Amino acid sequence: MTDAILEPTVQPRRRPDRSKVRVGNRLVRFKKITQVGIKSIYSHGLRSLLTVLGIVIGVAAVIAMLAVSEGASFEAQQQFRDLGANNILLKSVKPAEVEESSNRGFGPPQAIVYGLTLADVETIRNSIPGISNVIASRIVKKNVWHLGRSMNTDVVGTAVDYPTSRNYNLRSGRFFSETEMRDHANVVVLSDEVANALFPIDNPLGLSIKIDSDYYNVIGIMESEGFSNLGQNQAGSSNAAPSRIYIPFTSSKSRFGETTTRQTAGGMERETVQLHEAIIQVDNQESVIEVGEIIEQILARRHKDIDYAIEIPLALLRQAEESALRDQIVAGAIAGISLLVGGIGIMNIMLASVTERTREIGIRRALGAKKRDIITQFLIEAVILSAVGGVIGVVLGIAIPFVISAFWGMTTIVTPVAPLLAFSISALIGVVFGIYPSMRAADMDPVEALRHE
Amino acid sequence: MTSLEPNPATGIGNTPADIDSVGQSVVASLKDIRKTYYMGALAVEVLHGISLDFYEGEYVSIMGPSGCGKSTLMNILGCLDKPTEGTYYLGGEDTSEMDDDELSTIRGARLGFIFQSYNLIQQLNVLENIEMPLFYQGYSEQDCHEIAMGLVERVGLDDRIDHKPFELSGGQQQRVAIARALAVDPLIILADEPTGNLDTKSGAEILDLFDELNQQGKTLIMITHSDELAERSPRWVRMLDGKVESDDRRNS
Repeated sequence: MTDAILEPTVQPRRRPDRSKVRVGNRLVRFKKITQVGIKSIYSHGLRSLLTVLGIVIGVAAVIAMLAVSEGASFEAQQQFRDLGANNILLKSVKPAEVEESSNRGFGPPQAIVYGLTLADVETIRNSIPGISNVIASRIVKKNVWHLGRSMNTDVVGTAVDYPTSRNYNLRSGRFFSETEMRDHANVVVLSDEVANALFPIDNPLGLSIKIDSDYYNVIGIMESEGFSNLGQNQAGSSNAAPSRIYIPFTSSKSRFGETTTRQTAGGMERETVQLHEAIIQVDNQESVIEVGEIIEQILARRHKDIDYAIEIPLALLRQAEESALRDQIVAGAIAGISLLVGGIGIMNIMLASVTERTREIGIRRALGAKKRDIITQFLIEAVILSAVGGVIGVVLGIAIPFVISAFWGMTTIVTPVAPLLAFSISALIGVVFGIYPSMRAADMDPVEALRHE
Repeated sequence: MTSLEPNPATGIGNTPADIDSVGQSVVASLKDIRKTYYMGALAVEVLHGISLDFYEGEYVSIMGPSGCGKSTLMNILGCLDKPTEGTYYLGGEDTSEMDDDELSTIRGARLGFIFQSYNLIQQLNVLENIEMPLFYQGYSEQDCHEIAMGLVERVGLDDRIDHKPFELSGGQQQRVAIARALAVDPLIILADEPTGNLDTKSGAEILDLFDELNQQGKTLIMITHSDELAERSPRWVRMLDGKVESDDRRNS
């Protein structure tokens, strides 16, 4: 071996022109430093993994939480949108005092009179500009028969444009026409639920159902309403079934009358209600809330008791949007905190790494590394750690909402902004929390660092 | 090795002042170097005015008992530490006025370090360790590789280029460190107790290698506490209590 050494091998003098070299090879230096960084991350496998985990959880949490809250708010908004953003819903509500008074005394019970009247609706239609349509409905609870099957359901006497006003679609057949309305025709449109209950096998179209003693011809079936009957339970009789059937308003009035009798625990109860429900359609969405306020004033003047309710889907939508935003801020803050904790984890590990590698820093400094070379080295390591965590976190964060949707049926929406935002934050965290340890590494006295054990 | 040819790369021999009476050019010149350490209010002067000149192609040993200040002198020679007073010219450049970046550059470009405990980077293999100073000087990847390959062959470890330092014996690790010190073709190779952690046989091999390098014209400064080692070299400087006690040359 010594022989080989003694053989004089002349080294060519290779001193590159420094001014050129420094600029030209910056990319090479960067690549080398990155390689060194990856190597040192690899050599502390478990420690690096745990560090990365903090960022992974943070990033995944940000994306998943935003996706879930986005989905929830979308769902809530969809419900209100289904009620029609241009609509104002009016409902008759039995006032509490009237209920008490009806139970007093003996003899045949008096019919209670309450709720919205046709005159109310006419006044509203005539006095407020910008109302395009008013669809008034009567809702009476009846037993509905087909052959041996029966079902207790709400019979809604309504106008011809009821489905369009509430964004309901027909599954098959048609809604009743103006002619049938004029003729007080015995035609009926069934809700999906009623159709399934009464006609489990047959196609109900063209067949007929019996209400009281009259037969009604089935002309159409509505699509399943899903969430859309939100808030309808208080209309008409109490504990209304979500299932409804629809007949012309005129038919309802002439067949059932305005006074209905109901069997209650205390005996008979009679009530007279002209209208149970009215949908007021407004031309311009911007004026919906304003119109709603005017209607409230008109009704307050015309009614002694509060025997009505006003529901403005748009206002509810706005509220839902506001609370969704609040939810998102809260979710974002919680996820942000976990990202911050992840960042502190990176700083902690980097500080440990700097201390542990003091000697290496000393060696590098002795061999010509400048302070900024050391800073770059440790900063790149921190950024690699957080970027790797960020990528894994983004993948997980996109996958988790899918799993939630698949197993719990919740609507989740991953907006493209969320992963982008989460990833940039994680990269930024790498820089921010890597700077201090890197500076500490660079500021070490080379002599002290070399002496470090 | 004498060279009167002006060397534009090192800056040596460019001016007549650099050339001393013997006809050798000065590569490093210490003038009245003092170093004081402050420990709170207490000031301790470790070096009390050291003046030494080192010439190109010299092989000098600096020796003395522990605590005599030779490590401090070594740190100053290595531009790792700055003197409190005095001037230190390295290759014609005054290092006393240099900032941290300039000192880093001059360390990387003009000096080669050999330490008692080898100081190789454990995560890097033999070749990468040798390439490191070249990398900080901005050599291209290809140049780094070529130079390192030549050096690894020269120290007889060309069958170990993929090995990590902990897979090598002490003697082999010190060879890697020597190769690393030679990489940038420095003006001076500084060796701090290079055989201190080695057995006699490996130590002798390292010293043989030093002799060989010196014969090829390398300038070597070795710090040691052993007279026996020091007297192997043509010139030995004896230090005591922060002063130069003697500066002897073997007549050859």
